[in-house]
Amino acid sequence: MPLNDTPAIRLEDVVFRHGDRLILDGVSMTIPRGAIAAVMGPSGVGKTTILRLVSGQLRPESGRVLVNGEDVSAMNRKALYRMRENLGFLLQNGALFTDLTVFENVATPLREHRDLDEPAIADIVEARLDAVGLAGTGDLMPHELSGGMARRVALARAVVLDPAIVLFDEPMAGLDPIAVSTINALIRRTNDDLGLTSVVVTHDVVQMKKLADYCYILAEGRIAGEGPPAELAASDDPAVDQFMNGRMDGPIPFRYAGAAGS
Amino acid sequence: MSARWLEPVATAGRAGLFTLQMLAAIRPSMKQAGETLRQAYLVGARSLIIIMICGFFVGMVLALQAINALAQFGAADQVSLLVGKSLFRELGPVLTALLFAGRAGTAIAAEIGLMKATGQIDAMELMAIDPVERVALPRFLAGLISVPLLTAMFSAMAILGAVVFAIGVMGLDAGVFWSKLQTGVRFGEDFMGGIWKSVAFGGLVSGTAAWYGFSARPTGAGVATATTNTVVISSVLVLVIDFIMTSFFT
Ligand SMILES: Nc1ncnc2c1ncn2[C@@H]1O[C@H](COP(=O)(O)OP(=O)(O)OP(=O)(O)O)[C@@H](O)[C@H]1O
Ligand SMILES: [Mg+2]
Repeated sequence: MPLNDTPAIRLEDVVFRHGDRLILDGVSMTIPRGAIAAVMGPSGVGKTTILRLVSGQLRPESGRVLVNGEDVSAMNRKALYRMRENLGFLLQNGALFTDLTVFENVATPLREHRDLDEPAIADIVEARLDAVGLAGTGDLMPHELSGGMARRVALARAVVLDPAIVLFDEPMAGLDPIAVSTINALIRRTNDDLGLTSVVVTHDVVQMKKLADYCYILAEGRIAGEGPPAELAASDDPAVDQFMNGRMDGPIPFRYAGAAGS
Repeated sequence: MSARWLEPVATAGRAGLFTLQMLAAIRPSMKQAGETLRQAYLVGARSLIIIMICGFFVGMVLALQAINALAQFGAADQVSLLVGKSLFRELGPVLTALLFAGRAGTAIAAEIGLMKATGQIDAMELMAIDPVERVALPRFLAGLISVPLLTAMFSAMAILGAVVFAIGVMGLDAGVFWSKLQTGVRFGEDFMGGIWKSVAFGGLVSGTAAWYGFSARPTGAGVATATTNTVVISSVLVLVIDFIMTSFFT
């Protein structure tokens, strides 16, 4: 099979449990190379879980998770690490290294995986900080940043190696509208320029419509709807309609899925 | 039911695997050596003052007790011999290791536990950086390096404390004190024997701390438990291993 026909990410009928709580109940997704896919759904539905399955931090109970056609759960540690060198992951809480400066945080993947001299590292790091609107903050420590600034540093760090696939867990949360548009444009541009594949978890329907080529809506452990954003917006599926238009009443309940009665 | 009884065995097994994982990550690289030295400096500097103070007072107490006991046989001039032997072989390495566990071991466990609770260990793995190699190993090796040095410092301060008490306070003869120490205490057996022991203790304490940090539950309470366990378990291990080593080598 030629590499370019293989989807970048593919989930085949994935079932996943935390303890005995069923989180994902047969989820399938196909994200072609070069696309920006959005994953939406109510809080606690399992969006982060899906990203962690793709990165190999979690393993499915049944079903397969394929990255570039390779089964992630069949990878040993070495293969997993090799795969991750080509996979950027913006964690939901950023998870900056609290003992390192902003500069060193962004430089860490470069120092680890690229054989570059100090000036070259400095050039790249400065350029990446500039791209997220944080030029000149290199000497600050993470505790000196605001929440939104920290997320942008984490974003710069996640993409500093120019990975072929990037997973963004709520890149826009807690950012002001200008920063949101900037980050949006940044994701779109790197995607088009470098041909990378992005998966964006977001709650922001408006931004999602602008950014994504394709969108999955998750409800109660299953894919409730999928398609290009424009199609989804016009969908008459009740769950999709409820989510896209933020209605209180509908098939998606507003409660913890593990609560009695579910 | 049987699972409850198997739990400690399983934990010991996992800790053993963790140790092998650390040892397997040793590379002849400048980066690793640099980080190890940096950690050795950090844990060493953290523990130095408390170890010097404790060493001084332990030396004074040893001299006091030794003079009291020996005076009954009219042998108070043997004090430096008794102090030196018990210090270099046993008290120096053991007390230094216990102090190190309380001062540096807890810090290592808390630091790693917090990194875990805040997702930094996760983030490393996602960047294809092995946290065992990058975080645990340098701290483990730093224990191996710094505890013997701290032990030597502890013993030096204890001798100073003994000198202050025996010569300064009790008015014993300085020449006799030093000559007894020099002829009675053997460098190879007594002093170096203790230093080798302290290498083992250092690895034991810092390894235990790294293990508890890594296996901490990612919560505030989890980190607290990890630091407590580090002190309790590594102290017990030091005393048990000390007994085993002493009975083997004498
Ligand atoms: N380590 C864990 N142990 C047990 N349950 C967990 C664990 N992590 C997550 N869960 C549960 O799995 C479910 C899915 O979690 P996940 O983090 O994927 O949600 P999410 O869709 O990303 O939510 P949000 O939008 O709030 O970030 C949640 O209901 C949560 O309670
Ligand atoms: Mg989430």
